[in-house]
Amino acid sequence: MTSAIVCENLVKTYEDGKRSVEALRGLELEVPRGECFGLLGPNGAGKTTTVEILQGLIEPTSGEVQVLGLRWGAGNDSELREKLGSTLQETRLQDKLTVIETLQLFRSFYRIGITPQQALHLVDLEEKSSALVRTLSGGQKQRLAVACGLVGKPELLFLDEPTTGLDPTARRRLWDVVTALKATGTTILLTTHYMDEAEKLSDRVAIVDQGKIIALGTPRQLIHQLGGEHVVEFSLQQNGQRRDDLPPDHFTRVATVHSATREPDGYLLTVAEPHLAIPSLLQQLAAEQLELASLTTRHVNLEDVFITLTGKRLTEEEDN
Amino acid sequence: MSHPLYQLIRCRIKTFFREPEAIFWTYGFPLIMVFGLGIAFRNKPAEIITFDVVQSSGGQRVAEMAKNQSIIVPHLRSVEEANERLRKNKTPVVLEVLADGSYCYHFDPANPDALRAKLLIDDTLQRAAGRRDTVPTSIQQVTAPGSRYVDWLVPGLIGMNLMGSGMWGIGFNLVDMRVRNLLKRLLATPMKRSHFLASMIGTRVMFFAPELTVLLMFAWLLFGVPIRGSLFSLILMTFLGAVTFAGLGLLTACRAKRIETVSGLMNLIMLPMWLMSGIFFSAERFPDFIQPFVQALPLTQINNALRAIMLDGATLASQWLAILILVGWSVLSFTLALRWFRWN
Ligand SMILES: Nc1ncnc2c1ncn2[C@@H]1O[C@H](COP(=O)(O)OP(=O)(O)OP(=O)(O)O)[C@@H](O)[C@H]1O
Ligand SMILES: [Mg+2]
Repeated sequence: MTSAIVCENLVKTYEDGKRSVEALRGLELEVPRGECFGLLGPNGAGKTTTVEILQGLIEPTSGEVQVLGLRWGAGNDSELREKLGSTLQETRLQDKLTVIETLQLFRSFYRIGITPQQALHLVDLEEKSSALVRTLSGGQKQRLAVACGLVGKPELLFLDEPTTGLDPTARRRLWDVVTALKATGTTILLTTHYMDEAEKLSDRVAIVDQGKIIALGTPRQLIHQLGGEHVVEFSLQQNGQRRDDLPPDHFTRVATVHSATREPDGYLLTVAEPHLAIPSLLQQLAAEQLELASLTTRHVNLEDVFITLTGKRLTEEEDN
Repeated sequence: MSHPLYQLIRCRIKTFFREPEAIFWTYGFPLIMVFGLGIAFRNKPAEIITFDVVQSSGGQRVAEMAKNQSIIVPHLRSVEEANERLRKNKTPVVLEVLADGSYCYHFDPANPDALRAKLLIDDTLQRAAGRRDTVPTSIQQVTAPGSRYVDWLVPGLIGMNLMGSGMWGIGFNLVDMRVRNLLKRLLATPMKRSHFLASMIGTRVMFFAPELTVLLMFAWLLFGVPIRGSLFSLILMTFLGAVTFAGLGLLTACRAKRIETVSGLMNLIMLPMWLMSGIFFSAERFPDFIQPFVQALPLTQINNALRAIMLDGATLASQWLAILILVGWSVLSFTLALRWFRWN
């Protein structure tokens, strides 16, 4: 059986007046059927561009795309669309329609599918069936958007940042919806800039940055790639003054360290054995007459993978 | 499952009727215009002219004489007071009876109202004093329904309404959907683009029927505005107008990415028609050299044709030129709109 998604050397350059923006620079991707695949990347990484090219909504500048074994523009676009479902980033559905009317509308475009009521059941929104879209909360609107993507009983579902801007409870409810969908064998391509979301929902994750995939694997594999399972974060002071002018390399001699990076307010080490690394770190600091201002340890997550790979944070601090 | 075209149209109708402002502007506003303008420009009863007469024995005689005349009302005042009132334009004319018994009218001949008043007063007084007309004259009154301002106004308002709700109804909604990313979302489904566009145009054209009925009923009940031509011709002409403006609305909105852009474009396109297409006063009043432009405007043609059908009882066939021009506009705007349409 063919893969659900194949991208080969995908390039997209937006011509925006005089400026041209290279959104994708040779993106390679292959997603087998039945997988829930996460595209994780910061703002502007090219996630939406990738997803919209895959849905045939925009054309790539160059490169090849195959979706469910078919190509866009080869005469069977509408046949292909029958098999896809999606939520686009920042789509606001019609305020003055009710939830059920919206779903009936979307359902009418597909030859086969589930009933609007079944779609409502899948996203757990039955009690809002006759409410106007305008009156829904952000999380409910987003679940309705997912339901609109489900009425056509898709083989492949695109979810572009389905939980951005939602509060933690609303996010967790959407995660439940996606987890339930995974169990039905639907292939899902999910984009997000929340590492916990990618870690929780995806079978495999690709980390995208500046239009390229810079790491690919299961969340566990990516974390293992860092070598260390643990993170030690600390900040320094000397004679009561903050010290963050040392290069990160300064700490690569600490026992069991795999990588060292600078953080906005200190340093981040990935280490294999914290019980060896921390005494070793303290020893080095004492020798250099540096004091610790703070120190925390935790397990490695995908965010650390991203930071280690790019030296940048995945989400800006104000994002929650 | 129901047909997508049915669903699309149903959703458009539902959203329209859940938008109280839209209902007001489409149905309420034109009625208020008919009512307000119909009242403001209704035919006034015969005019009565009030004027000042300088106090004197001759002045007294004039006042006596005028008593039996219904259209002039003199007021006796002192010379100073009368002249003061004339300066302040409180009386159009001051009549002074001179010592020799002749009438002297004080007024500003450059003021047409004053001149008219003088002529009427003098005519009335001369007749009362026994003057006979050398040539007999008679008057044929024309205030029958069909020739009043309100009769002339109603077809123009129908035209204006077709333009306004056609362009806004399509233009605003399309751009709103584009801003909401909804057009792109719909494109991601197997929906046929032709179904979508047909639903936009179709709903718009469907709305014209109640619009027309409400306006005509109102004008007929309140002012007795007649429909002399066939109802069928009127409906067909209105339908053509609705289609034309739906096409223009589609063209205006085919690329705009923001509501502000489309609003500006709409106003740019509608303003010349508001001014020149003969809604409130005849388009013929514009100088000859811009007449070709004025006559090429779709609203001018709709207004002219609707007036001809409603007021002169013209047949559809006699309006062939208007029909040709409107069909031309429709074909042009639909073709360009579909070629340039931006879905995302
Ligand atoms: N229509 C457009 N015209 C010009 N530039 C664009 C356009 N769409 C996207 N871009 C640019 O392309 C780059 C990739 O954008 P894209 O929307 O794919 O990022 P993303 O990963 O989805 O980001 P986000 O997390 O913010 O949604 C960005 O630099 C963006 O500014
Ligand atoms: Mg995006």
